[in-house]
This record gives sequence, C-alpha cells and structure tokens, in this order.
Amino acid sequence: MADPMKIRASVVGDSTEIKVLMSHEMETGQRKDAKGQVIPAWFIQNVMVVWNDRTVLSAQWGTAVAKNPFLSFKFKGGAKGDKVTITWIDNRGDKRTDEAVIA
Amino acid sequence: MHRSPSHLDKRRTLLKSGGGAALLAALAAAGLTPASARAQTWNNAAFESRNLGETLKALGVVEPARSTDIAFVQTPEIAENGAVVPVGVTSNLPKTESIAILIEKNPNMLAAVFDLPAGTEPAISTRVKMAQTSNIYALVKADGKYFVAIKEVKVTLGGCGG
Repeated sequence: MADPMKIRASVVGDSTEIKVLMSHEMETGQRKDAKGQVIPAWFIQNVMVVWNDRTVLSAQWGTAVAKNPFLSFKFKGGAKGDKVTITWIDNRGDKRTDEAVIA
Repeated sequence: MHRSPSHLDKRRTLLKSGGGAALLAALAAAGLTPASARAQTWNNAAFESRNLGETLKALGVVEPARSTDIAFVQTPEIAENGAVVPVGVTSNLPKTESIAILIEKNPNMLAAVFDLPAGTEPAISTRVKMAQTSNIYALVKADGKYFVAIKEVKVTLGGCGG
C-alpha cells in the first residue's frame, strides 16, 4: 500500500483550493537498471477528486508526470468542514483514496 | 475460510484484463466510487503515440487554433532539473472543458489530461518530466473546440536519464 497523500483543501474567496502531493515512483519505463534491464513503467493513470458526491476533477496521466506528483486547482463552492476525497489508480491496478476536510 | 479456485481465477482475469478501466468498473460495481463520478478511462492510444500528429488524432483533435486566452503560469523559461518541471496552465476561454499538457520532445508527448467539470476553475498546476529542451503545448478544449498555446522550456539536465 502506497503512502498517504498530503492534501490541503482551503476556502479561497468563493472557491476551494486543493493542493495535493501523492507518493508514487512514476517510473517511466524508459530507464534501465544497473544490469541494463529496462525498469518497467509504473505510474498513476487516473486521478479523481470528489466533493459532496460530485466529481470536481478527473485526470488521466502518462509517465511524464513527475515522481511524487503534485496537483493544484480550484473549484467553486465548498465550505469549511466539507470533505474532499481524492483517488488515484496506477497501471498495476493499485489504488489509494484519501480524504481531507476543507479548512 | 475457503474460497473456490474458480472465484480466484475470475478475480485474476478481471485484474489482468483491462488495467485501470476494468478496475474502476469493478470499484464502481462494488460501490466504492460515487455515482456521480464518470466512468474513467485511460486513452491508451493518445498516451502511447510518439508524435504530435498521432497524439492529437488519438485525442480527437483537428488542427487546434492558437489562442492567447491560454496562459502558462509558474512555468519556468529554464528548468535546471528536467525530472521536476512545474507547469501551470490557465484558460480564459469560455466553457473550458479540459486541459491537456503535451511535451513535444518526450518519448511520449502526452503528459496529462485534466477534465474540468462545470464549477471547476480552468486552471491547473502540476509537475512534469522533460527529457530535453522542448516546446510544451497546453491544449484546451472549450465549447467543443480545441485551442493551443505553446511555450519553450529549456532543460539543462534531462529527466528521463537511462
């Protein structure tokens, strides 16, 4: 199981700003190890952000997203105390969901 | 507890068969994703294509128009480390539906596609890897049409070293 995401959700004006750091290797499949063997690609493919049962962002990622991915965006609405859940799924089928409370 | 082998087989097949998409379908069936979440897919063809034409074709894009309503923010002129290059894209185009980031000189150009439902601001920030100095394309879908802005980022140390 991957390490938890670090999520910051805060009210900015009439919007909510989400900042998230995920813990993932995001291996490109282009690199080789010391023995010259290609290190298989291992990366997050889908990210979903849900607030109040509503998807506020869904993303598809390729291998070019940097290791330990960072993502930031804003959506209209959201109040202090509301919950935001973020889920990622990688190309091995591993997934992780974390929840944050809007501050 | 005892599980029948056929049950396990079925589960393995499901996991193997379609990667993320199958898994998401399975999660949705298990009630682990909210009903409002759209069925997730991963655009295999677009992410695995190796040139701009093919990538755009796989995304369903025909000749995107250059737009000055798309801006790069927090994106450096020169990146010292190609492994971590901040990229931010904002769109002032009405009805912006999605923002994609493409890196021309990476082995696979498409880095990310963000779908922005109504109510989500048309601005996104992330960090990408760049193999070498390259143009970055911010491809925006707004009101059903595609627009693009291009910025060159110079890389002094590549991010996909072998």
